[in-house]
Amino acid sequence: MNANDQKIKIHTLSVRLFHWINALAILVMITSGWQIYNASPIFDGIGFPSSLALGGWLGGGIQWHFAAMWVFVINFAIYLLIGIFGGRFKMALFPVSPRSVLTDLGKALRGRLPHDVGRYNAVQKISYLGVFALFIVVILSGLSIWKSVQFSWLASLFGGYDDARVVHFFCMALICAFVVMHLALVLIVPSTFIPMVTGWAKKTKHSNGENHAA
Amino acid sequence: MLLKHKAAPVMLERTKSILNIERRLFMKQTLSLGALSLLTGCDFASTTDEPNAADRILAAMSKWNDKAQAALFDPTKLAPEFTEADIKDPFPFNAYYGEDEVRIVDGATWKLELSGMIAKKDAWTLDQLKALPQKNQITRHICVEGWSAIGKWGGSSLGDFLRLVGADTTAKYVGFKCADDYHTSIDMATALHPQTIIATTFRDQPLPPKYGFPIKIRIPTKLGFKNPKHVMEMFVTNDYPGGYWEDQGYNWFSGA
Repeated sequence: MNANDQKIKIHTLSVRLFHWINALAILVMITSGWQIYNASPIFDGIGFPSSLALGGWLGGGIQWHFAAMWVFVINFAIYLLIGIFGGRFKMALFPVSPRSVLTDLGKALRGRLPHDVGRYNAVQKISYLGVFALFIVVILSGLSIWKSVQFSWLASLFGGYDDARVVHFFCMALICAFVVMHLALVLIVPSTFIPMVTGWAKKTKHSNGENHAA
Repeated sequence: MLLKHKAAPVMLERTKSILNIERRLFMKQTLSLGALSLLTGCDFASTTDEPNAADRILAAMSKWNDKAQAALFDPTKLAPEFTEADIKDPFPFNAYYGEDEVRIVDGATWKLELSGMIAKKDAWTLDQLKALPQKNQITRHICVEGWSAIGKWGGSSLGDFLRLVGADTTAKYVGFKCADDYHTSIDMATALHPQTIIATTFRDQPLPPKYGFPIKIRIPTKLGFKNPKHVMEMFVTNDYPGGYWEDQGYNWFSGA
């Protein structure tokens, strides 16, 4: 009848809000984190270009990092609560079996994994679950570094203050790897970009019309 | 919400000093804000000498973080203690100047001056301080830069000392002025913490000049820059005193 018949809503407003607030918060956290890292590198010879390090100097980097952390943590916490108790995670991200991940990864690497609008394949599911797990570990290791006395029990879970810094660093590196993959896939399948802005996607022959995306 | 503070006199003082920080910071921050401005379309990178939007928000968030940290601070929660084997040797020297500029204070003539909301303002000699009950701690010094080093400090409880000299322990701040023109200040709750000490020894030896002779305030619940060396004067006040680094933008509370 009209154009809407060919479109399905795959991202709710709350998902889109989470996504873009999170994207900006992550960008600020990572670039300000590089500024802080550069003040005392953990690994000799590994540093970040100062032109990419937010804040101009250590004090500025710290200000950005400890302002954006509230945005990042509160936004993520709300998303988790809605996702878990609203049932969306169960519907969109589960089940995800190791076998299905291997099968879909194999298909993807051979270029034969169809993009099913509104439904995540197993590689997507495991990637999103993985990056959410990274967010949790990056928050807890960050809390251990910031409050190594008040949360000394947490810091000792990571092996103490110095090791919590190393964990925090590797979480950052893995989140960067996720971001690179994520952006690369958007470039490969550009039709996934518009739905994250408007919520609506064009139907394809693979889609089944159900609202399954997280 | 964060920007609306009750205009109490103390806050006004702080706002003034934070505006000063902003002025000093903004040139540095503007440089790396271009990308963010492009992304958000916000005018973060102003070209005037006034604090821009980003600086105002960051300063407000830093004040918010002071409050959050004060709320998280448990006055009975002790910093982890370590063993002699964990002590970093050599222990790193750190200051806003190089090691060749370490101030040499004459311990024989030095006296700790007291001022502000303290009943007994008589100055204290090093021998008088050393005659107070002494305690040792092997704790982790955490630098704002991120590195850490375990050291051993000995001295008398700052909380006991403040009560002894009749300090108003309901006041908000304890400030320190140092021989190297450094200054800093801490919240009263941290000053009264059982591990906050007036350190006169490092590794059981008299505090060497590079670690703060004659006294260093050792506060294992705060970042290193909140642990002043070569302290000449201690004062108690309700007026936000700021600090050398704090006035330039480091978070004031900086608690671990």
